[in-house]
Amino acid sequence: MRTFAGVEDEDKWLAEGIAGIQHNAFFMHRALDANNLREVLKYSVLMLSELRTSKLSPQKYYDLYMRAFDQLRQLEIFFKDESRHGLPVVDLYELVQHAGNILPRTYLLCTVGSVYIKSKQAPSKDVLKDLVEMCRGVQHPIRGLFLRSYLAQVSRDKLPEIGSDYEGDANTVMDAVEFVLQNFTEMNKLWVRVQQQGPGTVREKQEKERNELRDLVGKNLHVLGQIEGVDLEMYKETVLPRVVEQVVNCKDELAQYYLMECIIQVFPDEYHLQTLDTLLTACTQLMPTVDTKIVLTQLMDRLSNYAASSPDVLHEFLQVEAFAKLSNAIGKVIETQLEMPIVGAMTLFVSLLTFTLRVHPDRLDYVDQVLGACVVKLSSVPKLEDARAMKQVVALLSAPLEKYNDIVTALTLSNYPRVMDHLDDGTNKVMAMLIIQSIMKNDSCISTADKVEVLFELIKGLIKDLDGTNTEELDEEDFQEEQNSVARLIHMLDNEEPEEMLKIICVVRKHLMTGGPRRLPFTVPPLVFSALRLVRQLESQDGDIAGEDVPATPRAVFQILNQTIEVLSSVPCPELALRLYLQCAEAASDCDLEPVAYELFTQAFILYEEEIADSKEQVTAIHLIVGTLQRINVFGVENRDTLTHKATGYSARLLKKPDQCRAVYACSHLFWVDDLDGIKDGERALLCLRRALRIANAAQQMANATRGNSGPVTLFVEILNKYIYFFEKGNPHITPSDIQSLVELINNEMQSDNGNTTIHSDPFFTSTLRYIRFQKQKGGLMGEKYDPIKL
Amino acid sequence: MQLILFLLLVSYSLKTGYCDWDLNLLIMNYLLGAFKPACNISITFTDGKNRKQVPIKKDNGQTVMNPLFQSQETISGKISIEPYQGKKVEHNGVKVELLGQIEMYFDRGNFYDFTSLVRELDVPGEIYERKTYPFEFSTVEMPHETYNGVNVRLRYVLKVTVTRGYGGSIVEYQDFVVRNYVPLPPINNSIKMEVGIEDCLHIEFEYNKSKYHLKDVILGKIYFLLVRIKIKNMDLEIRRRESTGAGANTHVETETLAKFELMDGAPVRGESIPVRVFLTPYDLTPTYKNINNKFSVKYYLNLVLVDEEDRRYFKQQEITLYRLKEETS
Repeated sequence: MRTFAGVEDEDKWLAEGIAGIQHNAFFMHRALDANNLREVLKYSVLMLSELRTSKLSPQKYYDLYMRAFDQLRQLEIFFKDESRHGLPVVDLYELVQHAGNILPRTYLLCTVGSVYIKSKQAPSKDVLKDLVEMCRGVQHPIRGLFLRSYLAQVSRDKLPEIGSDYEGDANTVMDAVEFVLQNFTEMNKLWVRVQQQGPGTVREKQEKERNELRDLVGKNLHVLGQIEGVDLEMYKETVLPRVVEQVVNCKDELAQYYLMECIIQVFPDEYHLQTLDTLLTACTQLMPTVDTKIVLTQLMDRLSNYAASSPDVLHEFLQVEAFAKLSNAIGKVIETQLEMPIVGAMTLFVSLLTFTLRVHPDRLDYVDQVLGACVVKLSSVPKLEDARAMKQVVALLSAPLEKYNDIVTALTLSNYPRVMDHLDDGTNKVMAMLIIQSIMKNDSCISTADKVEVLFELIKGLIKDLDGTNTEELDEEDFQEEQNSVARLIHMLDNEEPEEMLKIICVVRKHLMTGGPRRLPFTVPPLVFSALRLVRQLESQDGDIAGEDVPATPRAVFQILNQTIEVLSSVPCPELALRLYLQCAEAASDCDLEPVAYELFTQAFILYEEEIADSKEQVTAIHLIVGTLQRINVFGVENRDTLTHKATGYSARLLKKPDQCRAVYACSHLFWVDDLDGIKDGERALLCLRRALRIANAAQQMANATRGNSGPVTLFVEILNKYIYFFEKGNPHITPSDIQSLVELINNEMQSDNGNTTIHSDPFFTSTLRYIRFQKQKGGLMGEKYDPIKL
Repeated sequence: MQLILFLLLVSYSLKTGYCDWDLNLLIMNYLLGAFKPACNISITFTDGKNRKQVPIKKDNGQTVMNPLFQSQETISGKISIEPYQGKKVEHNGVKVELLGQIEMYFDRGNFYDFTSLVRELDVPGEIYERKTYPFEFSTVEMPHETYNGVNVRLRYVLKVTVTRGYGGSIVEYQDFVVRNYVPLPPINNSIKMEVGIEDCLHIEFEYNKSKYHLKDVILGKIYFLLVRIKIKNMDLEIRRRESTGAGANTHVETETLAKFELMDGAPVRGESIPVRVFLTPYDLTPTYKNINNKFSVKYYLNLVLVDEEDRRYFKQQEITLYRLKEETS
């Protein structure tokens, strides 16, 4: 038994062994040259006796073995040539068996045996059978493994496989298979035994060493895979059952894992497919510690690739009910291997799913079945916390998305959301993002309310706060990105059918409303615009709408919108709400729904009054209101008056004078809409401008008083521009003299304060003046109009 | 020949049973040589050129070739007596004896003749020149085989005596070898046995026969039913047990003639190890049972298992060896 000595000692022993081999090889070669059989045998036995050492690790032993192997080649050449040694090979075959030590004896026997087969003086199957049997005498694991590996090597080209010289008569490919199988079985037994030597302290090292030996065993399977003439029938009836029997019975973790892997790698895919039952049964019979999932995963990967390789083979998969079998096997493995971490189970499901998607892309029920099994498994564990498992689940869920390029398909999977439920919040979000990205990438349109419902159920991690989430920990940027994605998603929900679209909007709204104050500012606008799109659509097909029983009327939509925006105002996010109200009001106006528009405007005003306190915001709001109101033409005189009055009132009550001034002159547009049928109340427009002038004046005085200089000449110039605008548009109440006096006023102002402000206001004012001159010189109708103005 | 040497070199150097026991004879020969006998006696067999010669190890360790006979054969030939030049040989008669002798180690120099035949060749007279006498022992009963053991020797010899009154008789010996062949035994059962040490080791072994001829092959199998010890290797030994004397004086000598490794390393339960041992390379004789109440030679197969602490576990089984008539020769 090998004691675990230092590397130095081992090196020394190896060196001694090599020296021994070389020494005896030298004499052997001399005897070979002299054709002296007796001496040849004597020294070859001595040489081979060096392989009897127990002191070397497998790696070092291999080194030694290789040196002996080279020498044995020479010996084989000598044995082949009867004229050199003078003995018939059959006698030689007996003669080498006289050696007293088993290891040299069997090495020589194998060498002569290969010559014997080559001579064809005996059926190769008999010789092979004898050799493989005689090797049984070497039970020392490492020595036995190398011996049998030598046997495998020298016999490799002498197997009676189909097409070889040694096939025919009584020698069939079956004998070749039988031989390799037996050698394999014995080698595996030896290999399994390697570990059973020595105490636990060196276990790890031994496992590593043992692993180095595995290819010796696996080589047999490669040979089996390469033997010509092993058809499916033979593989199914003989080869696989025998190999599997050995694998299962050896009850060794390392061996089982490696050999299953080998089986899957070396034999053709179609064989695997036809022997799925056997393979899968074997998988469930492996030791509980064996990483069955990798084995199964590899199998499924191979089968998937096979399925993908050619569409012709797909019917085979159906024939053997590959899916059902795999699915069962995985179920069983997961059931029996209680120790298997959840990530393992998940990996298996991912592979199965990949397989399903490749092989049965049309069978959504299969996909759903896989997901269902996954749900069952996930339900059995308290809470998914393993990050790797999570990753697998994400992979599991992403696979159908990638395959079908269409979320719509995934939405029909009833178990899909149930799997998602088991993700933790973070992962859930990641997954939701993936789903959204998939939708975006493929530009897929979700067009029914049911699907939208499912979809929102899926991405609910993004839609609302889940229980126990600590919102403060969230990264603001991530959050924004998520919400922006949701916003983009909303635009992907579309249906030509207004009725369905309305349903979709309702569903979306229902979900979005649960989002809480942080999300609503992101999610409501797209919803509103989506709804407005519907409104416009309804409007454009206005003529087709028949009867009152149609639920999708613009009015209904506006009701929803109103409610939606209302929520937003309470968030609070009044500025946004205000804008949306205005948008809606404009849309309502387009639909000729005066009361609705009025109501919306009212809401906007209320908001302005009650919620918007910041002066800057107010300025912006006022301009928005004015702008919108100006464009709306649905209102009756009374309503319009009320609203414009309100707007002007607000304008005059702004805090800062310049703001007031600007808001007021903006209001002038409310009374003069440059449309065909627009309102044209020149007088009130002029009133506004005048009022603006007053305010500008006041502002200037105020500036003079406080700072000693008058700043806002700009305001005058701006008002001048408004004058010119209305003048050009033909407001009869604006006369050239008005303009002229204003120009003079500005000139005066600038002279009285020839400080730095001159420089400031100069360009705007100068270009305004230039414009007036230009118009004058241009002549024509406009030139005439300008003519009275003197600069 | 090659085979034997090969084995001696590569296998285990077997302890040879050779002993320098026939000292008296040696000295006598020497003295005779010193006095220079008056004549040269040579013995030739009728078919000496064609007859098979077999190697026999002499007392001094050298190997010489001697002709081979079997029982019931007629032993004939010629004896020529040639006086050395210018000398004449006076004698009281010339005779040739065929002797079958058993010589025991503890009673050295004392031959027990179990066969003794005499032919008178010449009446008393003088020999001046080379003179040749034919002789013949027809269908001689030679029941025992030539044997060279540790403590006993059985030999056949032709002894020519030129009897002289003065100066001692001139004696010449010619050894020959007797081997007797037997047909295939009608009943030849296999040996099958289960042995073991409780809770420790349990094996079942099987040898295909209980009677083997000298060029036979032992085939068999060893099944390991239970292995709880760490076995290092397993050998099959062929042992020869030679017992001489009788009763209280019985002396038993056991030699291991072959040690053949059957297995290297530790098997596990359920393993079966093949046995294939060619007997050709070994220097074996048939089993001899109670040869003239003087000695017996028996053979055993000894299965030895050695564990890692070098403890030996063994089981010995007697086998019968016999000499099968060779078809070829």
